Amino acid sequence: MTRIELTVNGAPVAAEVADQELLLDFLRDQLDLTGAKRSCDVQVCGTCTVLVDGAPVSACTYLAREAHGADVLTIEGFAQQPEFAAYEDAFNRHAALQCGYCTPGFLLTLKALRDAGQLGDEEEIRHGLDGNICRCTGYRSILEAARDIAGVSR
Amino acid sequence: MTITESRLNEVGRSRTRKDAWEKLRGKAMYTGDQEVPGMLIGKVLRSEIAHGRIVSIDAEQAARMAGVAAILTGQDILDIDPYYGHAIKDRPIIAIDRVRFHGEPVVAVAAVDEATADAALRTIVVEYEELPVAGTIDEALADGAPLLHEGPIRPGLFHGLGDLGERDGNIGYHYRLAAGDVQAASAQADIVVEGEYLFPAVYQYAMETHTVIADYQPGAITLIANCQHPFLVQAELAALFELPLGAVRIVVPYLGGGFGSKSYTKMEPLTVALSRKAGRPVRIANRVDESMVTSRRHGMKAWMRTTAKADGTLLARETRFWLDTGAYADNGPRVTATAADAAPGPYRWEAVDVDANCVYCNTAPSGSYRAFGTTHLQWVGESQIDEVARRAGVDRLDLRRRSLVAKGERVRPDGTGKPLDGDLIGDVEKVAEAIGWGGERRPWHGRGVAVGVLAAGAHPVSRASVRMTADGAVEVNVGTTEMGQGARTVMAQIAAQELGVSSDGVDVHGADTRFTPYDRSTGASRSTTLAGKAVQNAAANVAARLRETAAEAWDTTEDMIELRDGQAVLGDLAMDFPDVIAKRFGFRGGEIIEGGEVRPMGGATGSYQEGPAFWEVCVAGAEVEVDPETGVVEILHTATVADVGTAINPQLVERQDEGATMQGLGNAMFEEMVFEHGLLTNDSLLEYRVPRIADLPGHMTSIIVENADGPGPHGAKGCGEGALAAVPAAIVNALADAGVPMTELPLTPERVWRRIHQTETREAPR
Repeated sequence: MTRIELTVNGAPVAAEVADQELLLDFLRDQLDLTGAKRSCDVQVCGTCTVLVDGAPVSACTYLAREAHGADVLTIEGFAQQPEFAAYEDAFNRHAALQCGYCTPGFLLTLKALRDAGQLGDEEEIRHGLDGNICRCTGYRSILEAARDIAGVSR
Repeated sequence: MTITESRLNEVGRSRTRKDAWEKLRGKAMYTGDQEVPGMLIGKVLRSEIAHGRIVSIDAEQAARMAGVAAILTGQDILDIDPYYGHAIKDRPIIAIDRVRFHGEPVVAVAAVDEATADAALRTIVVEYEELPVAGTIDEALADGAPLLHEGPIRPGLFHGLGDLGERDGNIGYHYRLAAGDVQAASAQADIVVEGEYLFPAVYQYAMETHTVIADYQPGAITLIANCQHPFLVQAELAALFELPLGAVRIVVPYLGGGFGSKSYTKMEPLTVALSRKAGRPVRIANRVDESMVTSRRHGMKAWMRTTAKADGTLLARETRFWLDTGAYADNGPRVTATAADAAPGPYRWEAVDVDANCVYCNTAPSGSYRAFGTTHLQWVGESQIDEVARRAGVDRLDLRRRSLVAKGERVRPDGTGKPLDGDLIGDVEKVAEAIGWGGERRPWHGRGVAVGVLAAGAHPVSRASVRMTADGAVEVNVGTTEMGQGARTVMAQIAAQELGVSSDGVDVHGADTRFTPYDRSTGASRSTTLAGKAVQNAAANVAARLRETAAEAWDTTEDMIELRDGQAVLGDLAMDFPDVIAKRFGFRGGEIIEGGEVRPMGGATGSYQEGPAFWEVCVAGAEVEVDPETGVVEILHTATVADVGTAINPQLVERQDEGATMQGLGNAMFEEMVFEHGLLTNDSLLEYRVPRIADLPGHMTSIIVENADGPGPHGAKGCGEGALAAVPAAIVNALADAGVPMTELPLTPERVWRRIHQTETREAPR
């Protein structure tokens, strides 16, 4: 077991974690933050995406102890931030969600890309979102919502 | 009553999803997000071989481990009849003495946490005596093939197919659709198109895997489960564990996608049996590799021959096909029958002969996947229609205009079932126009269209209730599973329309079988049409009570009362609904609660032969370009039609077709489960490729057609599956138009390249 101290959604957290414990399990089981979902387990689908120090990571393949000292943002925390409203409006305007399982991962990836200035044009949007799978929507509406968020016209 | 503009304030509007607020914030609860007090974690040890006898299971070390609460094997379920299957009762809850596929559950462990359960599984030693493997359709049909099942067929509760017939070797179900004299019709033929075709096994990949929380107590079972058809699962569990229906309670939260993978009974019996052994609640959550062997789409091998006169006039079609249903039937019989119905295509034939076979193999079981059956056969049949047109020298769209069944004409060549209720010619003309039919052509560039129909609706039984509380708020209780399609939003709009309220004030609850009225299932594109009609009927009954009370209060007749904007209205008089309810009960309490029902009417039984409730159209167009040096096919444009009668929520209709388009693109272009000697070799998302955002076609056009010709609310009929069947067919036809006719899916670059370079290439036609 390792003791870690980190910030999760702006609040300090201290916890004992097993050496092999995944960040995804830590967030879901210990902190009851279930917005990040498990699916592929191999860093392909993006549904477990959270931000560690502002960068998107797949929590399914990221050890909890490696988050020691980091600032972790999950969908629950992002949803509390004022800028979330623009993301929500865009996703609602285009009905860019269906089952909702992948949605938190897409939103957090988009936030990280936007904060890093990597949503400059459609090419960048497509490239940036290629690590998030959505099986329901067919992506077109997500692309439209991302354009709105990025301020990119077609 | 004439419908005034204010009464049409809900139907036809793209209202924001009811579940968007929760889902965008990560607050929507799925099965795997939930725990119940005392809950254990279950893990499953699965067979590592495709076929064999279980010689011994040594679980002694696991049993001694701290934190392990129960270990379940086939020996623990012999006190009940342990076989289930809604179509054919051929599957044990957990392997009994024998395994029939790679991935079949052999031992289940319940422990205090996942790490302990995993550690316990690793200590268990299973010794097998391997048996010969029938890993493919050909191996299963060969002389002397190992037989997957022996003894008489035991029909399940819900096959809905009349007489299931006898098993013939490994052919578990056989369906024949024949009409006219094929020999005589084909004797006039100038054009004969014939070929053999292969369709791969495909994984639905609902991103949320199969997950069940089960609590077995003597005399009662409670589940939280991500099942599409809770009432059918309830009935199967009640039969298995010898309980009354009402003693089995299933609560269904949001589903992280279904697409058929969570239809009928899947992991529920095993989870219940493990809880029974442990005496405590247990949660089993599959990993992706486990869900891949829990349900998938059938692989198929087919032969088809189409005959026509020199001018392209269609004469006859013969088809024989075999679907790999895996080790257990699951929904294979229905998939087989639906595929057979799709095989002729909606054309006027002089004669048809379809011979459809559902084949057991030592592979993971196949069940439902969006647009099953039609997806298998439409690309085959439509590629032959295109070839007839080419040989006859007529435009492929013109040939369809001449040959397609018109509205009101029979679809099934044998004359059974519902006549066509859509406008196929109008639909295909729209997609052809969208993709630039007749427009500029380049080398290695082509366009294709495809037309089909899909028997939709399943058994037409749905009930619902609508409740207006004393404050005028509305609750809809309907068993439809919200798995992403937007059912709760659409149901709210249907009820709101009927009651003259805003859907903002309507709550829609998912299924809890203890309280929710019966709904047959969520699948077969049925929910808006059938469950929606039940909701509409229930809401109409609530509206009738409101009118009745208002009429009493104003001493008039009910037909004089109009409901709009949350009020009962009579000329200049208006009364808010809470006041109407207060009038009815004499105080600020009480409620109005009414039911609604959809069932077979007019002497019908709801059988498959009478059906379907409606024909879902499967119409698409595609424009492609292929690089002859690499075999890479680029999808430039797709167009699909949602012929929905009335779009209750147009934006959600478009999303359904867009999602189906991308799944169709995946099925056509790269998705394939690869089995070798029955062993699944690509059981992760690293090796099983699904469409990503970079795979979006250059253009994707979704066309909504509204002719108010459906049996649902306001003339609605379902959608969301047709595009998945039609898109692969349109792509195959476009690729043939580009000079590369293909007879095997998926259209991988290697396969396309080989076709280009190993066969005589043709100049792209004019």
